[in-house]
Amino acid sequence: MRTLRLAAATGNLDVYDRAARRRQSRAVLGTLVMLVLFLVSCWIAEVRPSVLVDKFPAFFTYFSDIFHLDSGDLVWTAPADWYWGLGKWLASLGETLLMAYAGTMLGTMAALVFCFLASRNFARSRASQFLVLRFLEFARTVPDLVFALVFVIAFGLGPVPGVLAIAIHTMGTLGKLFAEVVENIDPRPVEGISAAGGSWFAQVRFGALPQVLSNFLSYALLRFEINVRSAAVLGFVGAGGIGYILLVSIRKFYNSDVSAILLLIIATVMLIDYGTERVRHLLVDVERH
Amino acid sequence: MATITSPATRQLHRDVAQRHAALLRPSLARRARTVAVVVALFGGLIASLAYLGFSPGRLFAGVGRFGYILAWMMPPNPESWANAGFYLNALLQTLAIAFIGTTGAAVLAFPLSFLAARNVVANRIMHILARRVFDTIRGVDSLIWALIWINVVGLGPFAGALAIVTSDFAALGKLFSEAIETADRRPVDGVISCGGGRLAEIRFGLMPQLLPVVLSQLLYFFESNTRSATVLGIVGAGGIGLPLSEMIRTDEWHQVSFIVVLLLITVAVITWLSGKVRFAIIGARAV
Repeated sequence: MRTLRLAAATGNLDVYDRAARRRQSRAVLGTLVMLVLFLVSCWIAEVRPSVLVDKFPAFFTYFSDIFHLDSGDLVWTAPADWYWGLGKWLASLGETLLMAYAGTMLGTMAALVFCFLASRNFARSRASQFLVLRFLEFARTVPDLVFALVFVIAFGLGPVPGVLAIAIHTMGTLGKLFAEVVENIDPRPVEGISAAGGSWFAQVRFGALPQVLSNFLSYALLRFEINVRSAAVLGFVGAGGIGYILLVSIRKFYNSDVSAILLLIIATVMLIDYGTERVRHLLVDVERH
Repeated sequence: MATITSPATRQLHRDVAQRHAALLRPSLARRARTVAVVVALFGGLIASLAYLGFSPGRLFAGVGRFGYILAWMMPPNPESWANAGFYLNALLQTLAIAFIGTTGAAVLAFPLSFLAARNVVANRIMHILARRVFDTIRGVDSLIWALIWINVVGLGPFAGALAIVTSDFAALGKLFSEAIETADRRPVDGVISCGGGRLAEIRFGLMPQLLPVVLSQLLYFFESNTRSATVLGIVGAGGIGLPLSEMIRTDEWHQVSFIVVLLLITVAVITWLSGKVRFAIIGARAV
């Protein structure tokens, strides 16, 4: 890259040509590697283009099917039949939102505790920092659905394992993000409190927390958005929320129910995204004034 | 603590304190608001936990059982070489699903993201429509897409790959269009001033700016897709998820922990590798 710019600037066309060719051949090589990897992946994942071509119309037929009632009418001609289970579905959706809320809160609280122990500037010792970092990494690498599967066996079916799975995953992701925020704070307030004889806790509470709180809140809100989406599928493994109803209606081809529930989920997710964005803007405004 | 300050200094401290009284002693209204928000958040948490069926007894029993499960998981053990090979193969399939999903979604999303970018397509309706489509698809989790694709192409990893293509297509489309909108206008103006056409504007004005951003985002997506592809198997869309959920349901905890360890190693290796690749693509200046 630098050779290329230099050659272009000095007008040394011979060198320019060679550098450009080298770049080009590297790009071609990169593309080739990607292509080979893609083909190998297709072979491993049993990709059958012929099936896709054959069945692709079925994808659209499926979407047309789920927008038709059993009677053969389009769903919006009879909204009452389409949303026959509205009360039940809204209750499930409410449970999903509560799960996301409780999981996010618990996970954020845990992350708040661990992030200081995991950050370079507040860790009690190198060893404890390393252990906390690995623990957080474990919590965010194992998918929440896997935690939910295990917790369903330990805590029984229902929203309890779902909330715990969300909480653990949130702790893992937010703990790392929070720790990075803490590592980037202005050290002077902390040093001031340390110089005045403040304890570790006082340094965290009065030196670091005021600097990071708005950032933490903003990350927690983003996480809440993501958690609403994942709470919607936790029901697939019996961990509460609307997922179970959706799973049954897709598997059993209760077509119009599928579209009704999917639209409810999409609308909820959009509303939550919009709401959290408003709150985030509000936070930024509060910060500025 | 002994005071060693002179009366003058103390007077100065008092003056400073008085000048910034609002900072040191927040107004009653502000404090009341903070307390109200905290009480509402925690009250809401406790109320929703109670509503969702949390109780000390249930938690206590559950934690006890979870402790047993953790103990049964030690040590991680696939029981036989055949099992180990089978799991490695399933893991490879998961990686393949994630790779196809990421690249496939990128190839589909890249051209469409120009439609959703305000500075390329001036047509407002087109732009808003493309954004809404992206948002709608993004609102549906990849696991739900997997169920839908299973209904179309049947059980197996192909459905999983298509599910990731679908959900990532929307997320990448949104990210790409934002990258296009924030791109520097000047190279494009330069191409126009040299008499370049619409296509030349994109190829020589926008692409050189976009490519590093796009590639680095793709790497992040590949990392996150390996995680989402691991659970696709739970609904029958291929990869390690199916054996993992089978082993959990049949109480084969040694094998569960073996799979989880495999997963942790794989994700760590991929994170490390993609860090290297990202560094090679963007170079030191982006770090």
